[in-house]
Amino acid sequence: MADSRPTTAIEAVESGLAAQGYIASRQIATAVYLSQQIDKPILVEGPAGVGKTELAKAIAAWRGLKMIRLQCYEGLDEAKALYEWKYAKQLLYTQILKDKLGEVLGEAQTLDAALGQLHAFGDVFFSKEFVEPRPLLQALEQPAGCVLLIDEIDKSDAEFESLLLEILSDFQVTIPELGTVSAVAPPTVILTSNSERDLGDALKRRCLHLHIGFPEQRLEERIVESRVPGISQTLRKQMVGFIHEIRTLDLKKLPSVSEAIDWARVLVLLQASELDHEIVRDTLNVLLKYEADIEAATPQISAFIAKASRQGVFS
Amino acid sequence: MRENLHRFFRAARGAGVRVSPAESIDAMRAVAEVGFADRAILRDTFLLTLAKTQDEKRSLGDCFDLFFSQPEPPQESSEQNETDDENDSGANPEADAHGDATGDAQGENVGPLAQMLLSQDRTAISAAIANASSAASLSDIRYFTQRGIFQTRILNAMGIERLRDDIDDQTAGNPALAERLQEALNDLRGTVRDAVSQALLLYGREEAENLRNEILRNAPLARIEPRQVEQMRAVIRQIARRLRERFSKPRKRQRRGHLDVRRTLRRNAAWGGVPFLTAWKRKHRDRPKIVALCDVSGSVARVSDFFLLLIHSLHEVVDDVRSFAFSGHLIEVSDILESKSPEEAMKEIMSKVGFGSSDYGNSFADFENGWMSAITPQTTVIVLGDARSNNLDPRADILRRIGERSKRLVWLNPEGRMVWGFGDSEMPRYATFCSVVRQCATAQQLERAVSDIVATYQ
Repeated sequence: MADSRPTTAIEAVESGLAAQGYIASRQIATAVYLSQQIDKPILVEGPAGVGKTELAKAIAAWRGLKMIRLQCYEGLDEAKALYEWKYAKQLLYTQILKDKLGEVLGEAQTLDAALGQLHAFGDVFFSKEFVEPRPLLQALEQPAGCVLLIDEIDKSDAEFESLLLEILSDFQVTIPELGTVSAVAPPTVILTSNSERDLGDALKRRCLHLHIGFPEQRLEERIVESRVPGISQTLRKQMVGFIHEIRTLDLKKLPSVSEAIDWARVLVLLQASELDHEIVRDTLNVLLKYEADIEAATPQISAFIAKASRQGVFS
Repeated sequence: MRENLHRFFRAARGAGVRVSPAESIDAMRAVAEVGFADRAILRDTFLLTLAKTQDEKRSLGDCFDLFFSQPEPPQESSEQNETDDENDSGANPEADAHGDATGDAQGENVGPLAQMLLSQDRTAISAAIANASSAASLSDIRYFTQRGIFQTRILNAMGIERLRDDIDDQTAGNPALAERLQEALNDLRGTVRDAVSQALLLYGREEAENLRNEILRNAPLARIEPRQVEQMRAVIRQIARRLRERFSKPRKRQRRGHLDVRRTLRRNAAWGGVPFLTAWKRKHRDRPKIVALCDVSGSVARVSDFFLLLIHSLHEVVDDVRSFAFSGHLIEVSDILESKSPEEAMKEIMSKVGFGSSDYGNSFADFENGWMSAITPQTTVIVLGDARSNNLDPRADILRRIGERSKRLVWLNPEGRMVWGFGDSEMPRYATFCSVVRQCATAQQLERAVSDIVATYQ
């Protein structure tokens, strides 16, 4: 087993994602590679805005697959996630087919005979035509496979988790009236969670568990570079250094990668060539989302800029 | 290699990562995909498949580094060792093989172990130690008291008998050689001791922790030593986690198949009552509402501390907790507990009301004047205290009114039933107004008490 095949395959994943503008760390690439090899969903945890959802999008774009997204929220149930009977259509059809039914049943003399004839028609109204597929069932029905993103699973109820178990481990669902529907091609499943509540062990057991934290400085610079190409190298180094300093503070909501990208865009838009006290103070609301956080960070701005610039000189 | 993986899983369990058989199968499939060539990838693979929380990732990472920092026994020889019967006393086959390779310098009349030591072939020695360890099933080590016996077993498996004989033989004829051998033997003992200690660190942690937790769970909370407080908090957090998992069920339950006729008709009024949209019956389930009154005087303080910690880490299970602390008088402490770490919160509470002599009557009066409206017919009121009121007026009448307003009134007393009613204990008088009275001195009793309270709402 000691060949270099996996290493090159993982590097291929990395460069494939990079081509879609997603700079993945080695661990993320390993997770994506493994999930493909052993057909397991990936459960991605981490603070908001580190690119959990982006990962799924990047995988879908890289492999040229359709992405099906299921946004979880409290009260989400199987009717909205899995399938639903098209009740109105069933009702409409019975109304339209009333005459037809009358014809069929007209010959029958007794109630028993009529029932018998009805039975002979089978479950016409509970067939595939009357099933409204929701994201999970849609994902199983994609002939070419797809990327199924189950976003913010921690927002859903605990019982919804149990509903997912069958899909996650066997890529199939059981509809009582129709039987078991298996996946045409097993989809790549990505679940994301903000750790708002602890997920059940049964769910975790079925997944590869990937934790994405805040990236290292180098990696973040590369991410910013790929997302905001117009930014100069010195400014990029400075702003990423500055954000890393901000993250050492005790804040309500630390700025994450998405905020870093937004800030880089803003700085480019304002045509800043390097960070100074004024521009940081004016644009701090892009990075920090709470008044208290901004107040806590403002007195430190000058010191952080100085630190970030010094780093730039040496590296 | 499979043997090594199994040993690693066992070590991972020792490090507190819960590795189920299914997970180990997944991990093995994953490892078969990535291979052993790149250690960083292998590490990532284990972190992805085995660890399910960030804490687990951290401890598994440490465990991985520790585990693979020791040289692995080469595959062929370990298998050979398994098939071989335990030939402890004599020279074992690997040692023989190495002996042939290096047996040119120091004369043929010393044993293979001696030759190996003299040749100072470090890799051969560590390989021999590893083989001897697996022969002595070192990975079964659980307690630190077993260190000596495993050390002896490993040394025996390596052929230390023969080495001693060699030293005895050479003392007369070749004292310099004997001295070198003696020195090498001492070094070897040291190396084996280190190997055993490392194994204990890897494999023994789980068992040691279980034993300690078991003892802690049954130790009286009021009298645990300060150095154990931190461990006790960990135990309480575990209990809280268990309770959360058991009771955090959804509040609304759809009862499939039970049509809510009234709501269906109302919803479809626009279509002349033709039921296009259906409404189904739902079952509502209350989450517990808890009001806790905790005595923080003297000996009860510590129990209150742990009790409050437990109650306040049950967010998913319990809807609404209001906690009050009292000794001489009573204050509300919910905000303090919510906003601060357990240590700081307790310190602040103690500085505000602690360390007085307890006055139950006065404290109940405070509660009635200030917060009686907090009690609704859905509320469970929990009083934690020893009911020793220093012969002051017990004001049991207030307790009666509290009991009447609430769903249940539970009294948890850290003292044993035997001493209730003796001295200044007012317990019998209070007990008549309580729905349940329990002794609650250890973590285990605490868990049962809280679990029963929550269970009444299910």
